[in-house]
Amino acid sequence: MSNYRLQILICGGTGCVSSGCLEVEDALVESLRKHGLYEETKVIKVGCFGFCEQGPIVKVYPDNTFYVRVEAKDCEEIVAEHLLKGRPVKRLFFKEPSTGERYSHHRDMPFYETQVRVALKLCGIVDPENIEDYLAVDGYDALAKALTEMTQMDVIDVIKASGLRGRGGGGFPTGRKWETAYNAESNKKYVICNADEGDPGAFMDRSIMEGDPHSVIEAMALAAYAIGADEGVVYIRAEYPLAVNRLKIAIEQAKAYGLLGKNILGTDFNFDIQVNLGAGAFVCGEETALINSVQGERGEPNFKPPFPAQVGLWKEPTVINNVETYVNIPQIINNGADWFQSLGAPGNPGTKVFALAGKINNVGLVEVPMGIKISDIIYKIGGGIRGGKKFKALQTGGPSGGCISQENIDVEVTFDNLEKVGSMMGSGGMIVMDEDDCMVDIAKFYLDFTVEESCGKCTPCRIGNKRLYETLENISKGKGKIEDLEELRDLGVIIKDCSLCGLGQTAPNPVLSTLNFFMDEYRAHVVDKKCPAGACKDLLEYVVIPEKCIACTLCKRVCPVDCIIGEPKVIHVIDQARCIKCGACEAKCPKDAIVKQ
Amino acid sequence: MSTATEATKYSELDEFIAGLPSNDGALIPALHQAQEIFGHLPFEVQNHIARKLRIPAAKVYGVVTFYSFFNIEPKGKYKVQVCIGTACFVRGAGKVLDEFAAKLKVPSGTTSEDMMWSLDGLRCVGACGLAPVVIVNGKVYGRVEVKDVQGIIDDTLAKGE
Repeated sequence: MSNYRLQILICGGTGCVSSGCLEVEDALVESLRKHGLYEETKVIKVGCFGFCEQGPIVKVYPDNTFYVRVEAKDCEEIVAEHLLKGRPVKRLFFKEPSTGERYSHHRDMPFYETQVRVALKLCGIVDPENIEDYLAVDGYDALAKALTEMTQMDVIDVIKASGLRGRGGGGFPTGRKWETAYNAESNKKYVICNADEGDPGAFMDRSIMEGDPHSVIEAMALAAYAIGADEGVVYIRAEYPLAVNRLKIAIEQAKAYGLLGKNILGTDFNFDIQVNLGAGAFVCGEETALINSVQGERGEPNFKPPFPAQVGLWKEPTVINNVETYVNIPQIINNGADWFQSLGAPGNPGTKVFALAGKINNVGLVEVPMGIKISDIIYKIGGGIRGGKKFKALQTGGPSGGCISQENIDVEVTFDNLEKVGSMMGSGGMIVMDEDDCMVDIAKFYLDFTVEESCGKCTPCRIGNKRLYETLENISKGKGKIEDLEELRDLGVIIKDCSLCGLGQTAPNPVLSTLNFFMDEYRAHVVDKKCPAGACKDLLEYVVIPEKCIACTLCKRVCPVDCIIGEPKVIHVIDQARCIKCGACEAKCPKDAIVKQ
Repeated sequence: MSTATEATKYSELDEFIAGLPSNDGALIPALHQAQEIFGHLPFEVQNHIARKLRIPAAKVYGVVTFYSFFNIEPKGKYKVQVCIGTACFVRGAGKVLDEFAAKLKVPSGTTSEDMMWSLDGLRCVGACGLAPVVIVNGKVYGRVEVKDVQGIIDDTLAKGE
């Protein structure tokens, strides 16, 4: 890497690819050639920088300038002005929405200031398609250390002492899982990486695999060594083509370097990894369902115990961890359990990556120490609510989680605290909602997802969730009764108690948590037949504000059902009985005199 | 479609299946490959895979219908996918999906009779920074609003391919 005077890093994560980073790369290379700088500049497509809102992101070394929302047409200016004349292009610096201040370096930006990068340490730093980059930053050192200096039990003891808990959502201690698999007697064992990231709004695992695939491979090899496995499987969503491709390249490179295969690093440890594609079933994130899917079956979960660590893939002891859990492991082996314990909160050591999205200014991937306050994530890192609107709720844990309201906004984020406030950590999606979002509508949205994704094995989940959905639909259409609210709660609890797997046991959470914290909103739908947020179309009324109306008849002319009464110089009125709530009048009114309420 | 090309497709699939390390767990990789080759998974293809892997056709059908990634029916020439992950949903993806359905006269989850347009709601693609996201035949449109829908349709038709 040192042969080049300049380096340009372009974010090559899915978010930035979607917003045009490939065109930016082409344009940069063209400009570099034109100005004779191509030979001394290395252009690398790296993994996600995390700040997806501002993509495509381009970073220039050695001065570490951070450019946001770069388009192909900006590249000539970057090369001619910045690289040749040393004058950075200030208009492409990030501008903080709340203060208007511009930043040339990422570390000064409020978005990055509070973050601590462990799982995402190498994302945006190494070239994910080049193993040499990973080796240059001590890659595979942990594996070498384990194979040459540590016994299997030493490795497990370090992981146990670190207190690492599974980042896929459940928070089960990783070291204990490994110990169970180690103690299970069998001469064939497996290691699986769960990369079936199905929660809508969570994309940290994808970004890790796209940006730092070798850490995942190294960690799987460490797990395999610790429990005595020789085969590994990465189960990854087919919807993530870029991650699949980079992972496959990384596996081939690791094989070529003797870091996978037979007699790794000259020891008698053998380990190989295959990649299995998922096929679009949310329930396959559940470990026993995932195992069934790898075996070519429908992805239905099994009863536990026995746990996969005892009886797993092909009925052999199997360790399954999630991508984010794995990438912590090489660093724990290198830096020790105490280092990991020093990060985060008691009982919840380390960091957690969250995908921050929704009605927030700074959408992106953020990694924070456990124990950080929710309000710090939303306001310090996220830059507050978009458009200056009012915060209403934070949804965590995807379809399994719940909505956290204003009253709990200063809760410190840990596995246990989030459960206490009726939500859960889940895989780390955080969706911010504002005053325009209707909580009944959001609960309905998640139930729609769960109804579709329920595998159908257990009746409470298959039919109960459908009933929950229908009740919510009635409420959102103004056909709800006050008894429905109690029924939602009772049925929700029954579904949780009677379902076999994590999907059914958590599916009613979005309904139960919104009932707990937003009861007023449910009551408004049921009793007053009104949607306070103005989201449930059937409960809206378009009305004319008489003080604003100039009686121009424009609205009357666009109304498709002719339900606006009025003529020039006579203030207009909408006949609610005939209105179909199409919104045409609202759009047409030149004075904003028509509002929905 | 001529018989000759059909035969080539089947032999391509057979070659893939023969290259798999074992029949254990081979079904889903085989289905992925078959859908890649044929575009969708009609019953003839499902039966063919069942015979090759020596498993009941009912099992193949059970697996195909379980996973949303597999299609039994062919898709249209232009595949419009609107992300309805949570981030896109709260930023108005539902309205965008309705607008496509109205403009194209194709209900979500179906294909038009002339096989030109397929419209689907898509689970999170993870490009939440660009929400709402629409993908047409692989081309990604970000921050789509209802008023952009006609433009995307025109853009797609103009490129034709």
